[in-house]
Amino acid sequence: MSSTTNTPTHHTSTIGAIGAPSRRNTELALLVFAVVIPVFAYANVGLAINGSVPSGLLGYGLGLGLLAGVGHLVVRKFAPYADPLLLPLATLLNGLGLVVIWRLDQSPRLQQRAKYLFGAFSPDAPKQLLYSALGIAFFAVIIVFLKDHRLLQRYTYISMVVALILLVAPVFFPAVNGAKIWISIGSFTIQPGEFAKIIIAIFFSGYLMVKRDALALASRRFIGLYLPRGRDLGPIITVWAMSLLILIFETDLGTSLLFFGMFVVVLYVATERTSWIVFGLLMSSAGAVGVASFEPHVQQRVQAWLHPFSDKVMAQSDQVAQSLMSFGSGGVLGTGLGQGNSDLIGFAANSDFVFATFGEELGLAGVMAVLLLYGLIVERGVRTALAARDPFGKLLAVGLSSAFAIQVFVVGGGVMGLIPLSGMTMPFVAYGGSSVIANWALIGILMRISDTARRPAPAPIANPDAEMTQVVRP
Amino acid sequence: MSELTLTVMRLGFLAVLWLFVIVAVQVIRSDLFGTRVTQRGSRRESGRPQQQAARQQAAPPQQRQQAGGGRQRRNAPTKLVVSEGTLTGTTVALQGQTITLGRAHDSTIVLDDDYASSRHARIYPDRDGNWIVEDLGSTNGTYLDRSRLTTATPIPLGAPIRIGKTVIELRK
Repeated sequence: MSSTTNTPTHHTSTIGAIGAPSRRNTELALLVFAVVIPVFAYANVGLAINGSVPSGLLGYGLGLGLLAGVGHLVVRKFAPYADPLLLPLATLLNGLGLVVIWRLDQSPRLQQRAKYLFGAFSPDAPKQLLYSALGIAFFAVIIVFLKDHRLLQRYTYISMVVALILLVAPVFFPAVNGAKIWISIGSFTIQPGEFAKIIIAIFFSGYLMVKRDALALASRRFIGLYLPRGRDLGPIITVWAMSLLILIFETDLGTSLLFFGMFVVVLYVATERTSWIVFGLLMSSAGAVGVASFEPHVQQRVQAWLHPFSDKVMAQSDQVAQSLMSFGSGGVLGTGLGQGNSDLIGFAANSDFVFATFGEELGLAGVMAVLLLYGLIVERGVRTALAARDPFGKLLAVGLSSAFAIQVFVVGGGVMGLIPLSGMTMPFVAYGGSSVIANWALIGILMRISDTARRPAPAPIANPDAEMTQVVRP
Repeated sequence: MSELTLTVMRLGFLAVLWLFVIVAVQVIRSDLFGTRVTQRGSRRESGRPQQQAARQQAAPPQQRQQAGGGRQRRNAPTKLVVSEGTLTGTTVALQGQTITLGRAHDSTIVLDDDYASSRHARIYPDRDGNWIVEDLGSTNGTYLDRSRLTTATPIPLGAPIRIGKTVIELRK
């Protein structure tokens, strides 16, 4: 800032804009904290299981610290005004996920199970660390190359096509464990739904930004609700039909709920009409009940949700029952890291059911803290939407954060027995490359929007005509 | 490993986890109670006195700091407030920068108003720190109180400036 002792003749031109502080140092302090906590957890697991500090502690701590450091430096250079909380929150969740995956790698039960089923056991934690590195790299690429989120608006309809292809593609690949949500290329598999989530948010916000006036204004009032015209129901019916098709052909409840839920949220934010939420809830419940009446895979999930301990369900899979037992035996303060029996869940203990390990070993107190971390990410996303000045950025930030929130709700609710279980992963925490990489990309886009939104207005350009025009004033 | 150590670590870990959440919420708190509060302090030290300088030429800096409730200080607007229209409640701190209004995306205040032009009007400080509003050749005009603007005009404190359905005011 310029000094306070300017002479009156020069003062108009020397005043610079005092913007919001960039808060990068706050971010750095929180990042250090967010790296230290998982390192503590890692040491805690080692002490509980082997009675000694694990040998990989230094390497693991340095690895996570390096990732966080690279992320921070990229943000400091290319998005200096971005939200200070998103990166530390995501880093902490990612780090906690790595610890829990490593902890489950140490379980003799899961090692034996893997040897019995696949002939060999390979630890998942190093792979997850690699995926996290790829995720941070993707995050950095977005921050560096996406200079302005409004560029994405140009690809509104292209992103619709890409998202449809990504969503439809798994139909042509064999089902893995009952759900067709995977594309396999050679030896590795991708879960395209995770990436489609981001791409379709771009389509929804670009499309609704253009159409929102028609959807909001042309309506009749009926018992306190604005009823949209029949022809305006087109988009919502299309998205509804699409999510039902996903549910039927890919038997994936989670993805289906995620897309329809995100669309309804963005539609509501764009039009400010409560009637859309009412319609959305009615349509999704009608659709879900309808599909559940004839689709055996969905019926099975509903049975496991309603009667997790019944003989019929236990004969097929005891996963939900084991998950509920994990949460129960954790109690309020948990059994302590490395001292639970959540490995009894067996299959998908470190991916879909990873939250049960948190529930057992950290207890209610830990689960609440982790859910608050997710809640804070969503809060920062919505806050970014409030701060954003362009309607596309607002809708995109709302779409991405609502997708994140719905995903946490669907997975968390499924694991805890609140809603039927669906094949999705807890963002950042669960084992899985697609999930980690896609969620880092999501955080990258949110940070780009918040950087644009929080950036102070540029300093006034010295107007060469100013001297002339001001002379004329009386 | 002894039972006691593990219990201490378990509770310690939960405490640290919650400490992180609380620290994060502390960072957010500045949003809830307005990030402007901290800035106003810094502006008072640097930005504001510069605007005031024209009227307080003789006052030494120390005296200016103390004259927080002085008459001249009270009369200078510090923020622009949107009081009617879709953007109601929006405030922009006046820091000596030019504020542009219009439907164009790069305006300081992006008006979502069918009656506004893309570059509708601008508000800027003149040499003496008075705030001036100028219509930029808009289709539907800019109104100060009830008269349509034809030239750049100084804005009295609290006078409504109307653009389409949007009304803005300068306030202290």
